[in-house]
Amino acid sequence: MSKRFALGIFEDEDVLLHAIENVREAGVKIYEVFSPFPVHGIDDALGIERSRLPIAAFFLGMTGLSFALWMQIYMLGFDWPMIIGGKPHIALPAFIPVAFELTVFFTCHGMVITFYTISNLYPRWKTPVLDVRATDDKFVMAIEMNEKTDLNRLTQLLRANGASEVNEKEMSKF
Amino acid sequence: MQHVSPVREPLVTGGKTYHDVTQDICRQVEAKPNIRWMAALSVALFFLGVFLYSVYRTLWYGIGEWGLNKTVGWAWDITNFVWWVGIGHAGTLISAVLLLFRQKWRSSINRAAEAMTIFAVICAAMFPVLHMGRPWLAYWVFPFQNTFGSLWVNFNSPLLWDVFAISTYFTVSLVFWYTGLVPDFATIRDRAKGPIAKVAYSLLSFGWKGSAKHWSRYETVSLILAGVSTPLVLSVHTIVSMDFATSVVPGWHTTIFPPYFVAGAIFSGFAMVLTLMLITRVVFKLEDYITLEHIALMNKIMMVTGSIVGVAYITEFFIAWYSQVEFEQYAFINRATGPYWWAYWSMMTCNVISPQLVWIRRIRYSIPATFVLSIIVNIGMWFERFVIIVTSLHRDYLPSSWVMFSPSIIDIGIYVGTLGLFFTLFLLFAKFFPVVNMAEVKTILKYTVDNGPTYTGIHGHSEQAHQPATHGVPASAPVNYNKHE
Repeated sequence: MSKRFALGIFEDEDVLLHAIENVREAGVKIYEVFSPFPVHGIDDALGIERSRLPIAAFFLGMTGLSFALWMQIYMLGFDWPMIIGGKPHIALPAFIPVAFELTVFFTCHGMVITFYTISNLYPRWKTPVLDVRATDDKFVMAIEMNEKTDLNRLTQLLRANGASEVNEKEMSKF
Repeated sequence: MQHVSPVREPLVTGGKTYHDVTQDICRQVEAKPNIRWMAALSVALFFLGVFLYSVYRTLWYGIGEWGLNKTVGWAWDITNFVWWVGIGHAGTLISAVLLLFRQKWRSSINRAAEAMTIFAVICAAMFPVLHMGRPWLAYWVFPFQNTFGSLWVNFNSPLLWDVFAISTYFTVSLVFWYTGLVPDFATIRDRAKGPIAKVAYSLLSFGWKGSAKHWSRYETVSLILAGVSTPLVLSVHTIVSMDFATSVVPGWHTTIFPPYFVAGAIFSGFAMVLTLMLITRVVFKLEDYITLEHIALMNKIMMVTGSIVGVAYITEFFIAWYSQVEFEQYAFINRATGPYWWAYWSMMTCNVISPQLVWIRRIRYSIPATFVLSIIVNIGMWFERFVIIVTSLHRDYLPSSWVMFSPSIIDIGIYVGTLGLFFTLFLLFAKFFPVVNMAEVKTILKYTVDNGPTYTGIHGHSEQAHQPATHGVPASAPVNYNKHE
């Protein structure tokens, strides 16, 4: 099913931030904003909730830590106890480095996998984009249109808020 | 709309716009390889050939091809391993520690420095793996229950900690680096003309579109990765130093080793970053992004860490005397005056005296002087590891087994060969990947550029533009941000 978008192209991130506010206040639903770099304050302007990734990171780290401690204690303490340098089988201080490394390992990789998965990012042969300049120097505000949308009014609204151009684009798969 | 501090130098010079950044960085990715790059690559490939030949000799004839003997069972291999790992540390320091400290100047060098980290760790890993003699059994270092019994790896051994530290460090650096690359690959993808480039960069860019939600998560991920990479990088060289410090060899058995090794690692790493950046900025015409200010700042870090290393050398000597341990004292006297005195004094000159020259402003801002210094520091740091390892081992407790060590041609071949491997990888990176983090440089552009992009658009937003952007959107606003896809 194809979707029609009105694309407001902005030249500057501060103008964009104000435009987002004003457009939202005018009761228009913003489908998505694309920018070449992270714009500070855009989360608040768009009402994006704070990411819960840090919570995931904490639990992933705890998983790594518990796994590492379990592994070392089980292997050297219970499964095949050996006397190494006359020290106890479960020599906790010596287990700290591996426990730390695995905590970091689980946190990082878990985080990155979570990030790519929830953001639906994976290698694809083709990447259709609404405006190729959004990864270069333009800020693109995409507004989804339906039969009832008045493009002229939308154009006026975006223009009044500093959009340098307003385009219409149809995307079959997006 | 500009926010140029009157006291600070701009981070990016030349009045760049966002589009200029894209153009400048993508230029070398999109252009045909130039002759200088081809020439450099052929030299690197030649040394890669030397590496492959030396590895072949090592694997076919065994470790006997190296100059090791009964007393000195560890020499160039571990020296090179520590040297390469140390070099890698500067990349993580730049990408993680400086991110946490909000040092914005890191933006234009972090990409290349992280690449350096990854390639340096690859080079480092070659040495322990080759020293195993049978690298096809390298997986035995991991805690797999082996099929010949239920014997596990020894978690009390620092060498095993090293396995975990280096593999964590390598993989984490790799994903951190790659995640940073994704938005820039998207930029190249959207500019690509040729069909191969289109598909290749589309695959590499993971379908990145730069949506606000993704950027928000991306920043969270970067921050957390930086947060965990910071203790990680410190732990890695700490554990490397424990390979030595937990033994009872005179000259190794000291508690000063972890901080001393970490400082040395950052010291040599920054020297290598400087070497690479000074070349890269000229070859790819990035003088506006990697400015003299960057070079001076890196020189300062080099000086600080170099001074820490110098203090550590002197402390070691003092403690050897103060400890009243005869063997320890002999180890240090032997380092300075024994048969390897030349290595010791090369190390002292290169690492203690040369970084102090950076106090002089003229040297700090001079490109030729910095280049020469950075090479000298890397030579000095190589000698440091050589001195620590070989001079401690060659005369230990039992005078009847005292020997000298001299490297074989294969030792030299593998070492020079890893330089070839490193530069091959770095040159390929510099050609096909964006060497400067475009997205990140764009974020700092507006606030730091001298007469930079000024948008003189609509009705004087300029004054309020820089206020914290919590611009009161009423909670009851009749709009919502829809998650899609």
